[in-house]
Amino acid sequence: MLKQIEGSHAVAEAVALSRPEVICAYPISPQTHIVEALGERVKSGSLQPCEFINVESEFAAMSVAIGSSAAGARSYTATASQGLLFMAEAVYNASGLGLPIVMTVANRAIGAPINIWNDHSDSMSQRDCGWIQLFAETNQEAADLHIQAFKLAEDLSMPVMVCMDGFILTHAVERVDMPGQAEVDAFLPAYEPRQVLDPADPVSIGAMVGPEAFMEVRYIAHAKQTMALERIPQIAAEFSQRFGRDSGGLVRAYRCADADTIVVALGSVLGTLKDTVDELRRTGLRVGVLGIQSFRPFPLAAVRSALQAATRVVVLEKSFSVGLGGVVSTDVRLALSGLQLQGHTVVAGLGGRAITQDSLARMVLQAVAGELPPLSFLDLDWNIVNRHLAREAQMRRSGPIAENLLRDLGTVASKVS
Amino acid sequence: MLQVRIHGRGGQGVVTAAELLALAAFEQERHAQAFPSFGSERTGAPVVAFCRIAECEIRTREPVLAPDVLIVQDPTLLHQVDVFQGLKPEGYVLINSKRSLGELGLNDIYGRFRRERLLTVPATEIALKHIGRPLPNAVLLGGFAALAGMVSLEAVVHAIGHTFAGKVAESNVAAATEAHAFVQQEMNHAQAD
Repeated sequence: MLKQIEGSHAVAEAVALSRPEVICAYPISPQTHIVEALGERVKSGSLQPCEFINVESEFAAMSVAIGSSAAGARSYTATASQGLLFMAEAVYNASGLGLPIVMTVANRAIGAPINIWNDHSDSMSQRDCGWIQLFAETNQEAADLHIQAFKLAEDLSMPVMVCMDGFILTHAVERVDMPGQAEVDAFLPAYEPRQVLDPADPVSIGAMVGPEAFMEVRYIAHAKQTMALERIPQIAAEFSQRFGRDSGGLVRAYRCADADTIVVALGSVLGTLKDTVDELRRTGLRVGVLGIQSFRPFPLAAVRSALQAATRVVVLEKSFSVGLGGVVSTDVRLALSGLQLQGHTVVAGLGGRAITQDSLARMVLQAVAGELPPLSFLDLDWNIVNRHLAREAQMRRSGPIAENLLRDLGTVASKVS
Repeated sequence: MLQVRIHGRGGQGVVTAAELLALAAFEQERHAQAFPSFGSERTGAPVVAFCRIAECEIRTREPVLAPDVLIVQDPTLLHQVDVFQGLKPEGYVLINSKRSLGELGLNDIYGRFRRERLLTVPATEIALKHIGRPLPNAVLLGGFAALAGMVSLEAVVHAIGHTFAGKVAESNVAAATEAHAFVQQEMNHAQAD
C-alpha cells in the first residue's frame, strides 16, 4: 500500500511486519522516531506478541538483545553515533556469538565536536565487528532492507546492521510502498534458532576459547559472511519476485555500461549523484554511478566487475579515516588490485554538510580533466582552516579549535543551507 | 519539479508545514519529498524546511537552493535571514504579515521578481481567529493552494485532516480556507492592476 510517510515510521512499520518478539532500545537522535513508533505499537497491542524493553543505555540495549536472541526471540534494536560506540563491546559479542539480531543505525557523525547530523562515521567505526552492514539509498529501500535483514540474519545466524542516513532519510517524508502482513509472513518464516537457551534442554552459550580454537571460531564468522555474498543477491531476487521491486543486493550500477568515469558511493547521496550524472550525460560526458548496498560483506568481485572497464573511479564517502583518507576507498582499491586506473577519494558531507548537485558536477568535471587530487574534501572552507592553522603557527595558547572556527565563521543563522 | 522552501521559527510548525504539503501532493497522486533543514532545533531559532513535488520519482537529496515558492511564516526573519536566496525570478512568495510588502521594507524586491506573485497574508491573525493560537503553518498552506493551482485546497484540507484530529483539524481547515480565499482575492486584484 502506497503511503506518504516519514522514513522512521516506514522502518518502524517494516520492523513490526517482521514480527519481532523483543525490542530493546535507548533513544538517540536521529533514531528516536523509529523506536518511539515501535513502542507505541507494542503499547497499543497492535504489535504482539512482543516485549518492548526500556533500557538504561545503549550498552544495555545490545546486552538485552543478546540475551533475548539467545533465548530464541527475534530481537531488534536501533541506535546511532555515540550510542553505537557506547554499545561497541556488546556489538562484537553479538556477532562473535552468532546471534541474528537486526539493528538500525540511523547514521550520524561522532563527536567531538558534538554534532547530531548525518555522516557514516558511526557504522564505519564498527566495520570490522563481524556484523553484516547494509546501506539504504531511499526510505523504500530502508523499509525493504529490514524485512530482508531478518531473513538474512536468521539464515546465517549472524547479526545485521541496516544503515540509513540520519535526518536525510529518517526525517524525510516521502512515498513508500508498504507491504502487507501476509506477504511478509510468506517471505519471512518464523525464527528457527541454531542455538537456544532452553531450561528443558540446557546448553551454555559464550564459552571462553583459548588459542586452540579462537582463530577457527573467528574464521567461521568470515565463512558465513562469504556465504552472505551469495545469500544477499538471492534474498534480494526473492524479494523482488514477491514484492515487485528491486531493493538490496550487493551493488547497483547506474549508467555504468559505457562510462569512463564512475563515482562510487553508499546511501542516500546516490539519488543526488544519479541526477548529477543525468545532467552530465546531456553534455556528452560518459559518467556512471555505482552504489554499494552491502558494505560488509564487501563484494570485491561485484565491485571489480562493475568498475574494471572505467578509466577513472571516484569514491565519494561520508566517512574519513583521519591520517589516511578514505575508508570505503581502501576496500574499493583492494577490489581493483592490478588494474591500471585513476583513483580518487572525495570525503563529503561530514557532520551533515549538504552535498549539492553543483558541487558533485564540479567534482566530476575536475576528475575528467585530470585535476582532482587523490584525496580531496568536497566544499571544504579553506578560509577558516587556513586561518586556524596560521593561528596555531603564531601562538602557543591558540585555544579550542571548534570554538575558534565558529567565531571565524560568524553567524550561521543567516545561511539557508 | 516544484520546489518549495518554508522559513519560520522553532515552534511554528515549519517542518509540519512541509510534511502537510507533501501529503497534499501525494493526495493528488504526485511524488513529494518533505524534509527539515539541518540547523538548530531551539524554540524561536530560524528553521527551514523543504518540499519537492514532481510527476516522477524524486531522487535528489540536496536542500532546496533555487525555490519556485517561498513561504515565510515569520516576517521578523526578513531582516535576519536572506530568505530570498536562490528564489527563481518567476517564483512565488507568501509572507505571513498583515502589512504590505512596502510596509515591510521590501519594495526593493519588486524589481527582482514578478510583483503579482509576491503576497502577504495575515496568517497569524487568521490563526488566532479560528485556532486561538498564533500557528500560521497550515493557514499559509491554504494560501499556497490559491497561488497557481499546484496543490488544491481540498488536498490541503485532506492533509490537515490526516495529520490532526477533532477541533484542531477543524479549526485549521477553517483558517486555511479563509487564507485560500484571501490569496485568491489578492491574486485577482494583482491581475486587475
